[in-house]
Amino acid sequence: MITDTAELRINPVIKKEFPLCLRTKFINNPASIETYLSIGGYEQIKRVLKNKITPEALIEEIKISGLRGRGGAGFPTGLKWSFMPRASQGDKYIVCNSDEGEPGTFKDRDIIKYNPHQLIEGMIIAAYIMGAKTGYNYIHGEIWGEYCSFEEAIKEARAAGFLGSNICKSNFNFDLHAVHGYGAYICGEETALIESIEGKKGQPRFKPPFPATFGIYGKPTNVNNTETYATIPWILEYGGQAFSDLGVKNSGGTKIFSVSGHVNKPGNYEIQMGMPFKDLLDLAGGVWNDRKLKAVIPGGPSTALVPAKNILNATMDYEGLTAIGSSLGAGSLIVMDDSTCMVKTLKRLSYFFYEESCGQCTPCREGTGWVYRIIKRIVDGNGKPEDLRLLTDVSKKISGRTICALGDAAAVPVLSFINHFEKEFEYYIRHGRSMIGNTHD
Amino acid sequence: MLSIQSKNKIDQELKKYPDNQKKSAVIAALQIIQKEKGWLSNKDISLVSQYLEIPEIAAMEVATFYNMFDLKNVGKYKISVCTNISCMLRDAEKLVNHMKKKFDIDFNELSKDGKFYLKESECMGACGGAPLITINNHDMYENLTIDKFDEIIEGLK
Amino acid sequence: MIKIKINGKSIEVEPKTTIIQVADKVGIDIPRFCYHKKLTVAANCRMCLVEVKNFPKPLPACATQVMEGMEISTKSKFTKEAQQSVMEFLLINHPLDCPICDQGGECDLQDTAMAYGASGTRYTEEKRVVFNKNIGPLISTDLTRCIQCTRCVRFLKEVGGVMELGLVGRGEHAEISAYVDKSVESELSGNIIDLCPVGALTSKPFRYSARTWELIRRYTISPHDSLGSNLETHIKNNIVMRVLPKENEKINECWISDRDRYSYEGLNHEDRLTHPMLKKNNKWIKVEWEEAFEFITQKLNKITQSYGADSVAFIMSPQSTLEEGFLFNKLAKSMGSSNIDYRISQKGSELNGSWLGCQVNDIETLDLAVIIGANLRQEQPLLAHRFRKMTSHGGSIVLINGLDDELLMPIKERVICSPTEYSIEILKIIKSIQTHKKIKSIDKSIDSILKKITTDSNSQKISQLILEKNVRVGIFLGQGALDLECANDLYYLSNILSSLVDGICGSLSNYANGVGLDYLGIGAPGINTKNILKKNMAAIITMNIEPDIDITSDTNIQSHLKASKFNIGITPYASKSFDAYDCLLPMSTFTESSGTYINISRQVQSVKAVVSSLAESRPAWKILRVLGNYLGYDDFNYDSTEEIVGEILPSNTLMTYPEINKPEKINTINIRSTTNSLQSYTIVRHEDSDMIVRRARALHARDAKFSDVVNIHPTTLKRLKLTDKNLFEVERNGVKIKLPIHSDLRVALNTVCYHSKYKPSFKLPLIKVADKATL
Ligand SMILES: Cc1cc2nc3c(=O)[nH]c(=O)nc-3n(C[C@H](O)[C@H](O)[C@H](O)COP(=O)(O)O)c2cc1C
Ligand code: SF4
Ligand code: FES
Repeated sequence: MITDTAELRINPVIKKEFPLCLRTKFINNPASIETYLSIGGYEQIKRVLKNKITPEALIEEIKISGLRGRGGAGFPTGLKWSFMPRASQGDKYIVCNSDEGEPGTFKDRDIIKYNPHQLIEGMIIAAYIMGAKTGYNYIHGEIWGEYCSFEEAIKEARAAGFLGSNICKSNFNFDLHAVHGYGAYICGEETALIESIEGKKGQPRFKPPFPATFGIYGKPTNVNNTETYATIPWILEYGGQAFSDLGVKNSGGTKIFSVSGHVNKPGNYEIQMGMPFKDLLDLAGGVWNDRKLKAVIPGGPSTALVPAKNILNATMDYEGLTAIGSSLGAGSLIVMDDSTCMVKTLKRLSYFFYEESCGQCTPCREGTGWVYRIIKRIVDGNGKPEDLRLLTDVSKKISGRTICALGDAAAVPVLSFINHFEKEFEYYIRHGRSMIGNTHD
Repeated sequence: MLSIQSKNKIDQELKKYPDNQKKSAVIAALQIIQKEKGWLSNKDISLVSQYLEIPEIAAMEVATFYNMFDLKNVGKYKISVCTNISCMLRDAEKLVNHMKKKFDIDFNELSKDGKFYLKESECMGACGGAPLITINNHDMYENLTIDKFDEIIEGLK
Repeated sequence: MIKIKINGKSIEVEPKTTIIQVADKVGIDIPRFCYHKKLTVAANCRMCLVEVKNFPKPLPACATQVMEGMEISTKSKFTKEAQQSVMEFLLINHPLDCPICDQGGECDLQDTAMAYGASGTRYTEEKRVVFNKNIGPLISTDLTRCIQCTRCVRFLKEVGGVMELGLVGRGEHAEISAYVDKSVESELSGNIIDLCPVGALTSKPFRYSARTWELIRRYTISPHDSLGSNLETHIKNNIVMRVLPKENEKINECWISDRDRYSYEGLNHEDRLTHPMLKKNNKWIKVEWEEAFEFITQKLNKITQSYGADSVAFIMSPQSTLEEGFLFNKLAKSMGSSNIDYRISQKGSELNGSWLGCQVNDIETLDLAVIIGANLRQEQPLLAHRFRKMTSHGGSIVLINGLDDELLMPIKERVICSPTEYSIEILKIIKSIQTHKKIKSIDKSIDSILKKITTDSNSQKISQLILEKNVRVGIFLGQGALDLECANDLYYLSNILSSLVDGICGSLSNYANGVGLDYLGIGAPGINTKNILKKNMAAIITMNIEPDIDITSDTNIQSHLKASKFNIGITPYASKSFDAYDCLLPMSTFTESSGTYINISRQVQSVKAVVSSLAESRPAWKILRVLGNYLGYDDFNYDSTEEIVGEILPSNTLMTYPEINKPEKINTINIRSTTNSLQSYTIVRHEDSDMIVRRARALHARDAKFSDVVNIHPTTLKRLKLTDKNLFEVERNGVKIKLPIHSDLRVALNTVCYHSKYKPSFKLPLIKVADKATL
């Protein structure tokens, strides 16, 4: 067990925010290794190696923290790590998923940009726990600047002896590489990401076998989100309990919310889980142009749309959002004001899933195109009364029948948009135009 | 022939993977060649596949799967603009219309002077800075207004 | 064993099997498109979704392994809904052009849509159109019909050994394509036609020539190599319209080579001999059978009277059936001639009893295969796949060959040396094992030679592989090795090597019925085609042979034919090759004749004719029988091939094959053979291997791209003071010709590799290569 829970180091300047993964964001020259070392960075891996703390004890600590994967599915991290065949000989890999391509998500970019060393330390610890010798951080292709700066951070860490062989003179070897995608949302799906690292098209694999038994080159592989890894050093520094105490029941710790859309101050806000939605909206400067809130998507397009009346009293955590029929997803809060046309918005989202479907399995390849074409027809003024039923039906037929969760995700906006704003859709079909003023066209 | 510089860069990428997994470097290698040449011709794809000792069609599969690869001439400046939801909500469409008018082209077209190419793009993972564009894949410009965009283009000329 | 329930029925199944495997075994029908039992599981079509209790989503039966207590329902409402919706998705972009589609009537999509689809469509948008691609002369594409199941892609990668097709683009725009304008080159490519569940890939030669319901299906065996692949021929109006594999797990699985698939195009080639022909006053004239037989009888009688019976040569194709071989032999014996043989390409072999040494499917289970002197992909395209499978199961291949041939499978160690050095390389390996295991005497016959052998790093590495613990080893001699002068010694040494580790020693000969003819006792030691011809025969009778091209053990068959007094050709085709003949008897092709083959792994297979004989041609066994009658020999009254086989093969008892004969002494090994004399290495392309395939049009559509060349290693060229700008002179059939030189790193030192082009036409070029390359 880890006992030394020092006083929580909270940046006092920023009220309500709790920079944990983004600890260095408000310090000068945040990304440098010096900055990270100055706040006690890399102390955890040193301590772990020096005291030869067992992987079992570390996994236990993470289980206590209640940390759940921040990539969207919210799977308990400690449990996931316990699935890796740690003792097995031969190559094992750990992978960081920084491919964030879910519209409205841009938190991992800030971690890499402001606090890359905490992520690196988190990955080193994970590698130690799971016995991996090699790690990859798979970075979304379009945030090229962050890809390059992460390469620099790796060099710094290697020069400082935290990566490479014989780390901290402990006989522990681990090296980390940055790799980049090049424009494919699906590569955020962990098995597609693995295929991509192997130099193939990013087409998801059928699971099982899961990456923990059959990952990169068929070797045991652990995939976690950037934010998940970046949390680890903090948990080891302050203890799992301290992390768990930060949030609410079943949603321990902090979470970065990427707030975008119709707010005055779009950006990333790292807050304690369970914060009321209203407070988060305040942090982001409120709805812009003094308009009224119409609806939000709380966790990215693969989570259900929530109309204003349902979100206003909600709290931002796993259970809080499930309670109102949506989910936390990757924490990408997309805010829409009352000038938003839901039909056109859905058209754009459907186009996204259609465009990003990898094309491998039938329901997703054929279904997403069908859905998009129906909505496009509606927007073009050629909708038919039976189209709404058709849309719902086709979406339901995609859902649950595909290799990966993209098919399910594609159905979510269609079903939730129509569910909450059916009148708007019916109006559009009947009149061939939107019932919302054309303010934003 | 691949240039020495490109080969060196690809070799650097190959170091990230086990010796018998050269294929892993294909995305990076195609990226490197595209950066050097502006776009990927069939011949470039062949050369990459030969260098990595993989079937040509395997490299082709990759080049046609990832959106940031360009398999035709995209001029001197390829401007990719995100129109996905967060950008859309922040008026990306106005910007798009302005761009189309300014260069007198539609998406996936090259301006008459052969300099500018417009591409509609999906989420770039930077929605906090919407609306935004990238130029030649790697240079991102965020929080754009029409004036700011014009200024950037002026700077390129 | 674990217990599961499927559709309410409890059964016990092997663990690790998938739901679809279980269902197939117990005869429950689950629809599928992407799944194929011989390919990796892709689980992309989603057609096989089934309900499994306690799972909220339907699971793909092809990819889901059974687990203890699993309850599967393949007919429930939940399952049906899932399958129906997948069917609907598959059809929205499918052209539904069944009436004009070649696949119509045998289309998985059509059948499944009838069984699982809904009637009518709710899809009112425009359908996707995909441009077609030209992927070569054998396969035609109609990619708008493609349902992206990727069976074709997986087949070429996993069975063909190289990724030649891919699914390029993504999402709805993903389409099957070869690289830019490349065509598919795999010698197994035609199998993707069978695999394609829709009409996206169809046979180009067959296209539009018949609808499936007009076709009669009959089965036969391929004679083009020694595997004995089982074929399903499709017949319309007594013509074979196309050929498909007939599944036989122990032989060809569910595949056939392109040679087997497309050779039918040569069956009715204009070269077919339709009437008996006699040469009178140097002119060919058509005659009736009686006249031909009378003429032959008279002539042969005269010759045996003047020159003795032993002056008549009987040379037959190794494709000859047991029945043909038996009667040909009986004819020779009755006449009193001992000069009979079928080993038309072997220069020195006097081997008896050689065969694969194991069952075809056993190859997959070996850990190490040493392949000596083989162009495996050309000689035995489908057998090569078994070795490929062996490597994918973790087995290793060692190649000892005159050419670093691209086998499309990983090669662990390779020794590229000129063919005359194969035996020394084997000796080095034996020596290396001897040293390692400190064996005093390996075998008296080679002990003294071994003393003079020094090992090298290659042979040491190979011997280590062989000696690894619990390794099942097979040593295999290819046709190239068997054709060598020193074939006997090679076989003998290989046997010694394999017996050191209790391994298998086998032949990869491509002689379709070589094992069968050997079983009949034809081919006595000392009497082989080469020796027979050398003896200046007074009469030569050939059967199913185009002498110029097929007889390669002798360098100048034409001069022998000219020198002999009387030549009879029993042959399906006429060509310039038969100019020196006096009488040609039209024989039926394999499709027109019944008969029995024994394949390389000693499997006996009998077939019936699938079509009736063309014009006046007759099955060779009937011709021989009648000839026997005319010549007045006893016991030539067989009425059927069954009757003949009944006499040859024991019923209910195991067949006893000849023992492998040990050479008395090792006589052809020249230990210091690293002399600088040039050796030849010939590549016969798979589409040139016999009379029928040489005339199969589509198989030769790419010939134009191919030119006659000799390939020589640059070091050898340097030593010879030649460059690839020079021409290289070789002797073919006594005629000197000059060929362009290709500098080729794959060729062994001091070796000239001939790669010949062959054009199927009446004017056949002479492609036989001289034994000696002269400068
Ligand atoms: C279509 C799709 C896209 C995804 N994109 C991402 C992504 O961009 N980043 C991410 O971390 N996880 C993404 N995921 C989830 C990953 O598959 C995986 O669950 C996650 O990386 C595991 O990390 P975690 O346990 O730390 O959350 C995606 C999943 C799907 C189905
Ligand atoms: S061409 Fe045929 S076999 Fe190949 S992917 Fe398409 S449907 Fe499948
Ligand atoms: S047969 Fe199972 S998904 Fe295609």
